[in-house]
Amino acid sequence: MAYSDKVMDHYENPRNVGSFDKSDDAVGTGMVGAPACGDVMKLQIKVNDDGVIEDAKFKTYGCGSAIASSSLLTEWVRGKSLEEASQIKNTQIAEELALPPVKIHCSVLAEDAIKAAISDYQEKHGAEEPEQKTA
Amino acid sequence: MSDLKLPIYLDYSSTTPVDERVAEEMKKCLTRDGLFGNPASRSHSFGWDAEKAVEKAREQVAGLVGADPREIIWTSGATEADNLAIKGAAHFYQRKGKHIITVKTEHKAVLDTARQLEREGYEVTYLGVDENGLVDLQELQDTMRDDTILVSVMHVNNEIGVIQDIEAIGNLCRERGIVFHVDAAQSTGKVGIDLSKLPVDLMSFSAHKTYGPKGIGALYVRRKPRVRIEAQIHGGGHERGMRSGTLAPHQIVGMGEAFRIAGAEMGTELERIRMLRDRLWEGLNDMEEVYLNGDKERRVAHNLNVSFNFVEGESLIMSLRDIAVSSGSACTSASLEPSYVLRALGRDDELAHSSIRFSIGRHTTVEEVDHTIDIVHKAVGKLRELSPLWEMYQEGIDLKSIEWAAH
Ligand SMILES: Cc1ncc(COP(=O)(O)O)c(C=O)c1O
Repeated sequence: MAYSDKVMDHYENPRNVGSFDKSDDAVGTGMVGAPACGDVMKLQIKVNDDGVIEDAKFKTYGCGSAIASSSLLTEWVRGKSLEEASQIKNTQIAEELALPPVKIHCSVLAEDAIKAAISDYQEKHGAEEPEQKTA
Repeated sequence: MSDLKLPIYLDYSSTTPVDERVAEEMKKCLTRDGLFGNPASRSHSFGWDAEKAVEKAREQVAGLVGADPREIIWTSGATEADNLAIKGAAHFYQRKGKHIITVKTEHKAVLDTARQLEREGYEVTYLGVDENGLVDLQELQDTMRDDTILVSVMHVNNEIGVIQDIEAIGNLCRERGIVFHVDAAQSTGKVGIDLSKLPVDLMSFSAHKTYGPKGIGALYVRRKPRVRIEAQIHGGGHERGMRSGTLAPHQIVGMGEAFRIAGAEMGTELERIRMLRDRLWEGLNDMEEVYLNGDKERRVAHNLNVSFNFVEGESLIMSLRDIAVSSGSACTSASLEPSYVLRALGRDDELAHSSIRFSIGRHTTVEEVDHTIDIVHKAVGKLRELSPLWEMYQEGIDLKSIEWAAH
């Protein structure tokens, strides 16, 4: 399978790999996907008192496109408010990485991951959010 | 590191390069000053000479597998030989019954042919295999019925390299008068085959897995006791009417020479390859959570199918760009499905997803194996650093206890 240069770049030099302490109040964790399906993404955000994502980390089990999608996402969400981050669409990720049709699900998973991380954070802080659909 | 050429080819089960000696022989059958004649031409020496070359190749192929040259039918490869054997026997014996038995881990050339016969009104039983990939003889026996006309079981599995006990299976078929077909595309030059002793009626061969050219193969059709098949390709009545079409002397001569070499050199070659394979396995197996797929003993010397737990296969292949290997079967790796062969062994999807087939061959060197071990260590290490599953495993979390949302 041929990968775009951007996918290759993120795959070769993934940004922001790692983990935060899940129990930290400032951290929201989203884990989506399933091993049996061939991809699992864990995305974590660290949110400051102003509701801005000041750091993000990921770990992904999956193909190169899945790794690149989550790596890219951690770059994008840094410095964004929760509101802004929740607006990121899978189509933007797919477009940026020039994902082929068979890999679109990787970008969908990344969108699900950031949504799940945000809702985990909000649950910790008792925010009255409408029911989030999980992955 | 000295002059290693990258990428390193470790996909000999997918195909092999044509041996230089084979290419030399093939060249003699193409141009004006060579054997370009039509072997079916009876009226001049161009035809006779080409026919002579074809018949010599037929003897060479027959020689490797203990057959009579008259039992060898040229085809375009093992795919066609499988089609001809299975459809040919099913069509010929349909008045006796319409039940066929094969195995879930067969090559698609057999499975899809069986599916086609189902559409034509035949009934097919697909036997499972045990965790090592082997057919259970008792189960096979229990599945045989009065209307069973054909059993098709491969000799060596293309993905995991396990060797089925075709002698025992053939004996069961003989007792019940059932025609027995064996796909031996992966076994020539890898395992001894003696059809003068084996109870096998039909056997498929391919040249390109054994250092011959692509696009040529053969079907063995037993003469004593005689097995009948219905032709699937009609025309000039070549190959005793079983497979029409002008023969391709350059391909056929290539297959003959390749099989001759296999017979002559198998003994020493296999020993060397087994040594390399064991070295590779030891090098890989010193990592944690690495699993060998397929029976440890009943397998060919050159195949190593390994699952690296907690890393995903496609990304692994991506970081193994300096080595040419397959993820599952070469034919299915274009799709995202985990290998159906590994599934049939009962492997978890995770392990099936992370499987790599290394297949060693005539030109593999110790240096290449050592370099491969090094590359795989680095790639698996890197991907595990990235893997949330590895992290959970290290924290002692049982991944099976988690309810994953399917997507
Ligand atoms: C077990 C088996 N059967 C059949 C085939 C098909 O052989 P061919 O490429 O000669 O058609 C292959 C090779 O892909 C194989 O491994």
